[in-house]
Amino acid sequence: MNWWVPIFVIVPLGGAFLTAIIGSFSQAFGRYFTSFLLALVTAFALYIMFTPIGTMVYRVGGHELFDTIPIAIYMVMDGLSLYLLVIINLIGFLSAFYSISYIKSFTSENYYYTLFFLMVAGMNGVVLSGDIFNLYVFLELAAIASYALVAFGIDKEELEASFKYQVLGGISSLLILLSIGLLYWSTSTLNIADISGIIRQNGSPEFIKFVSVILLTGFGLKAAMIPFHAWLPDAHSSAPSPISSMLSGVLIKAIGAYVILRLFFNMFAITYDISLVITIIGTLSMVVGVLLAIGQWDIKRLLAYHSISQMGYVVLGVGIGMLVIAQNGPRTVAAFAIGGGLYHLFNHAVFKGLLFLNAGAVEHSTGIRDMKRLGGLASKMPVTTSTSLSASMSISGIPPFNGFFSKLIIIMAAIQAHYFVLAILAVFVSIITLASFLKVQRFTFFNKEEEKWNLKGIYVKEVPFSMCFSMIFLAVLCLVLSVLVVPSVRDIVLTPAVNALLDSTVYSTTVLGY
Amino acid sequence: MTIYLLCIALFLVGLYGVVAKRNLIKMVIGIAIMEYSINLFLILIGYVKGGTAPILSADGAQRIFVDPLPQAMVLTAIVIGLATTALLLAIAIRLYKKYNTFDIREIKKLKG
Repeated sequence: MNWWVPIFVIVPLGGAFLTAIIGSFSQAFGRYFTSFLLALVTAFALYIMFTPIGTMVYRVGGHELFDTIPIAIYMVMDGLSLYLLVIINLIGFLSAFYSISYIKSFTSENYYYTLFFLMVAGMNGVVLSGDIFNLYVFLELAAIASYALVAFGIDKEELEASFKYQVLGGISSLLILLSIGLLYWSTSTLNIADISGIIRQNGSPEFIKFVSVILLTGFGLKAAMIPFHAWLPDAHSSAPSPISSMLSGVLIKAIGAYVILRLFFNMFAITYDISLVITIIGTLSMVVGVLLAIGQWDIKRLLAYHSISQMGYVVLGVGIGMLVIAQNGPRTVAAFAIGGGLYHLFNHAVFKGLLFLNAGAVEHSTGIRDMKRLGGLASKMPVTTSTSLSASMSISGIPPFNGFFSKLIIIMAAIQAHYFVLAILAVFVSIITLASFLKVQRFTFFNKEEEKWNLKGIYVKEVPFSMCFSMIFLAVLCLVLSVLVVPSVRDIVLTPAVNALLDSTVYSTTVLGY
Repeated sequence: MTIYLLCIALFLVGLYGVVAKRNLIKMVIGIAIMEYSINLFLILIGYVKGGTAPILSADGAQRIFVDPLPQAMVLTAIVIGLATTALLLAIAIRLYKKYNTFDIREIKKLKG
């Protein structure tokens, strides 16, 4: 069943090809084909997740090991890859379905869906790749598609944001390529598992530290952690809303955070210094991101700053786990912290995706993004209002919603690992998040100025079915994902992903088979 | 060792172009220079002194070969670089049509 692995790259790539060709004859083709195909891929990923088959390794070209040297390009699907695959394709499907109504106002829809497919194919490739250069190629595929999609509106803001994003993204890609070159120089191999084995045996600590720092800068730029965050608020707020939800919900995780996790857990041996740096970067992102967010009046810009802050939670959770492992602390605490981080990653994809779709719905109906000029939409747009309310409660950690449980796990892990300051900071950031989402709710939906819209002569109505469907689906997921705290569900979905990170040498032994 | 340092110097020249220049086209050129320096670095990694192209000859003589893998990587990296540069220039031209200038000090609608 190893041939299941490349399906996740081939199908979206083929979809991009078909959409580009057939779409030029019929605009409607891409519109429905994209969501159909991505729904199939999501179902397939879920099917694999609930079928216990363990790690699957596919060798492109079929070459066997030659005297313990891997020749073929490896594609690896372990617990963590599968977890990310489900997130990418699920959010991809819902954003594509939302786009059916939303993108009608733009010209050349078929290019939009082609780029959408390419972005999904790139991200699927990144999470499946077991070869560091192949990972770079897929990363660039996803990144270039996202540059073009940010500029899709070709207005002043979009073009400026896209240029800024491309310059910073280009620098980060070159730093990543430089570090790949350095790794190849010292190990003469590109296979992540093989590199791991070689640098664990005879890598000089200074060299590894040097490469780690360059890699962390490159992927930190892609993940928009705080010293490298300058492009994110512009790019994520200027893109069309379904694309904002893909960028914030999935892209910064798949090509930023995921790769940091994969390389620093499974390729390099975990050291105290690097785990400390990662934890500090996570904490900084968490705190500074939310402080920058609270003063914003543009809805999408506020949400973009919250993405930085919430990704800080993810990196913080994982960083605490790394610190515990580096100090040979109890493994249960490490597993708990990493599990909290990964759980929050899924939750953030769901609620931030939903919030951007809500912002898109508001913009679609009223044409306004400035919260000072909005208000009183609650009775006119009931679906948008209620879904946005559930997403806001989820992101600010109100109990029955998923965000509460993941934040609680991260905070409890911080306390168990005796990092009390980090736990207090996490609670503090959660409170500010709540405050800033109260502001969003009040000024956008509940301000009692309903007659204002009639005076302005804008006829506000609820958005069409496809947009409502995606929003309701995600709002239900916000509640349903709380189920992941139940141990039996957790063992199927989350525990394989945590185990893939926790036993850092298991990855190389299962991939290479010796 | 000098040659690697020169390679890094070329990278820094490109970075200076991106950071200090205020013209969009000059920034794109800066990124292109950085890209070439990385490509050069990858080629240098695979270079073996006196090495030839890695093709086995019929007489079975043992020759010194250069490492072909970085060359394959550079070919891929050049193609990716082409795509990014083309997209950057396309966006720069669009920006010029909107603002009638390439000066980034004039292009500042997004802030905060």
